[in-house]
Amino acid sequence: MNLLLCGVNHKTAPVALREKLACLIPDVAHAYDHLKSWPEVSESLLYTTCNRVEVMCVSEAPDGAAARVREFFARHPEIAPGDLDESFYVHRDREAVQHFFRVAASLDSMVVGEPQILGQVKKAYREAAMHHATGPILNRLVHKAFSVAKRVRGETGIGDHAVSVSYAAIAMAKKIFGDLAGKNVLLLGAGEMAELALEHLKGQGAGKITVANRTLERGVALARRFHGEAVSLEELPEQLLFADILISSTGAGDLILTRDQVKGVMRRRKQRPLFLIDIAVPRDLDPDINDLDNVYLYNIDDLNEVVQQGWQHRRHEATKAERLVAAETLKFLLWLETLEVYPTIIALKDKAEAICRAELKKTLNQLGPLTEEQRQALEVLTASVTQKLLHDPIIFLKRNRRPRNPHQELDLVRRLFHLDPDRNGGIPEND
Amino acid sequence: MTNFFLYLTLIAYFGATGLWLLFFLAQRQGYYRAGAWVMAGGLACHTLVLIQRAWAAGALPAATFGETLLLFAWALVAAFLVLIWRYPIKILGTLVAPLAALMVSGSLILPARQGVVSPLLQGFWLTVHICLTLTGYAALALAGLGGILYLIQERQIKSKRFGFFHRRLPSLSQLDNLNYWCLTIGFPLLTGGIISGSLYAQHTLGRFWSWDPKEILTIIAWLIYAVLLHERLTVGWRGRRAALLAICGFLVLVCTFVGANLWLSGYHSFARFIQAP
Repeated sequence: MNLLLCGVNHKTAPVALREKLACLIPDVAHAYDHLKSWPEVSESLLYTTCNRVEVMCVSEAPDGAAARVREFFARHPEIAPGDLDESFYVHRDREAVQHFFRVAASLDSMVVGEPQILGQVKKAYREAAMHHATGPILNRLVHKAFSVAKRVRGETGIGDHAVSVSYAAIAMAKKIFGDLAGKNVLLLGAGEMAELALEHLKGQGAGKITVANRTLERGVALARRFHGEAVSLEELPEQLLFADILISSTGAGDLILTRDQVKGVMRRRKQRPLFLIDIAVPRDLDPDINDLDNVYLYNIDDLNEVVQQGWQHRRHEATKAERLVAAETLKFLLWLETLEVYPTIIALKDKAEAICRAELKKTLNQLGPLTEEQRQALEVLTASVTQKLLHDPIIFLKRNRRPRNPHQELDLVRRLFHLDPDRNGGIPEND
Repeated sequence: MTNFFLYLTLIAYFGATGLWLLFFLAQRQGYYRAGAWVMAGGLACHTLVLIQRAWAAGALPAATFGETLLLFAWALVAAFLVLIWRYPIKILGTLVAPLAALMVSGSLILPARQGVVSPLLQGFWLTVHICLTLTGYAALALAGLGGILYLIQERQIKSKRFGFFHRRLPSLSQLDNLNYWCLTIGFPLLTGGIISGSLYAQHTLGRFWSWDPKEILTIIAWLIYAVLLHERLTVGWRGRRAALLAICGFLVLVCTFVGANLWLSGYHSFARFIQAP
């Protein structure tokens, strides 16, 4: 029995190819019908994220199964078989488990540590379970992967740092205000990045939103989108009294707000902290504003710097996460190995039971008529003798697994109890 | 027996220091919670020690520098535990726990009382004076320690260079609220302590005010806090200035507590509290 993971991801395949492959999946029921019809594959899980299309399966004949998956991928009419040569990868056993854990923990993503991946894998697993494509091994693997992802999130700081400018702005605002709920936002000018930041701020429960724009119409339209209010640029100092966060991205050629203006406003707002974000180039806000107490000014370069540090931090934390994944992979493989001993244990128990039954039958015939209680006592006696006798060999099988030669004990026990009658049970004759 | 509990207290405070340092470095909530429980256990032992000593002496044990340190350490830990229960600024523990541990060690190292406590140091009003002053000190000390954290965090945000502390320290507004909260509690307590002390002085010595170094330093600290509180409420001083003033006030309080007892002499000095046997 082998674990097999094959597919393509952003490192091996261009987006055009991934898109085409992802098209195979929307009809999940159809895809699983296909996967389940292969005799080589006993359990399977199919998942796509923004950056990958992968199939995880349990198979007795891994080579055949890998070829089947590849064939399945090549079925797409626009894909030439040659397209997959470079990009199609096949991982087995240890690599497969490790790869799957890394995907779930978002270590294999383009943006390391992004939180969406786990949700996508969870959704794929639900679908697989709905189509009865998974079995005991994949079920356990997937649940382990979820717990690994959870541990990575909790025990490393992999998702802690912002890796985009708008998130960096939010992260800084949180370091200043703590909680962003109810904080008023003033938007100067409009732009893609400013709107993105506004969207995030809204998500954090920001309070009143005011838009000041040179052309009022544009401002009104934007304000309506965010359920805010539009004002003209002339009202800026007055509006600054009520704002906590200001995002500026006008196309103006010179400064819109000077140090002295802000200084006057700060006195009037009783020094309530003010966070100014200047993402315009050329800058809208006087850089000297940052010298004022309780005013924090960040321009686009500062935010980019925060993003750079975020990346660095994530890379650093990712190495910790890799260690965790490696350890968990090992644990899973150990569990997988113990699976191999179960058939032997069952055979052992069956054999003991058969002997019990046969001997009991013989004895009962010889003893003549017995009361029901006596008969039961005999049955209990034989059952408990065999149970106690088998207890130690079973424990031995479960625990004494040598990593170097895991089959040695298994073989020994099978030979000792003669569990394979058709095999020459004795010592290997001559070698 | 009290020494057994005292050692237990000391071990607990050092243990909490270790746990909270681990929390500071590794940022795992488990360490923080464990630290809080160890600290609370330490406080319970500490309370037992104080009760036993007060019982034996018939008054609050505050006649020597060591005894007063022990009392102050208790007040600081109690104030901190109340604070983090209401207002979880977890990282402050990394400063408070070692401070408490050092003060308890100090009380163990400093010479024990020899002789009889002056009758001046017994009586209800004096107990009130000591309690109010020390709890006031504790709250204001927390404001000062919070101020240090504020300055570190503000420096990082202003200069846009994020070091080791940036991620580990709470937000500026939380630290500023801590300053306000501790100030509004500590200042009335300190005021009450000064008033009750001067009333007691009038009662026993016949004068409200003696211009003793400890009194002068305390009134300076009181003025600093009065200015800070006033400006906070009227003009809205906050942030860096509030943090700086809280640290200044705290430094003056340290001088009052340590300096005035060890280097300056006045009727408030501990040396005067003991009558030779």
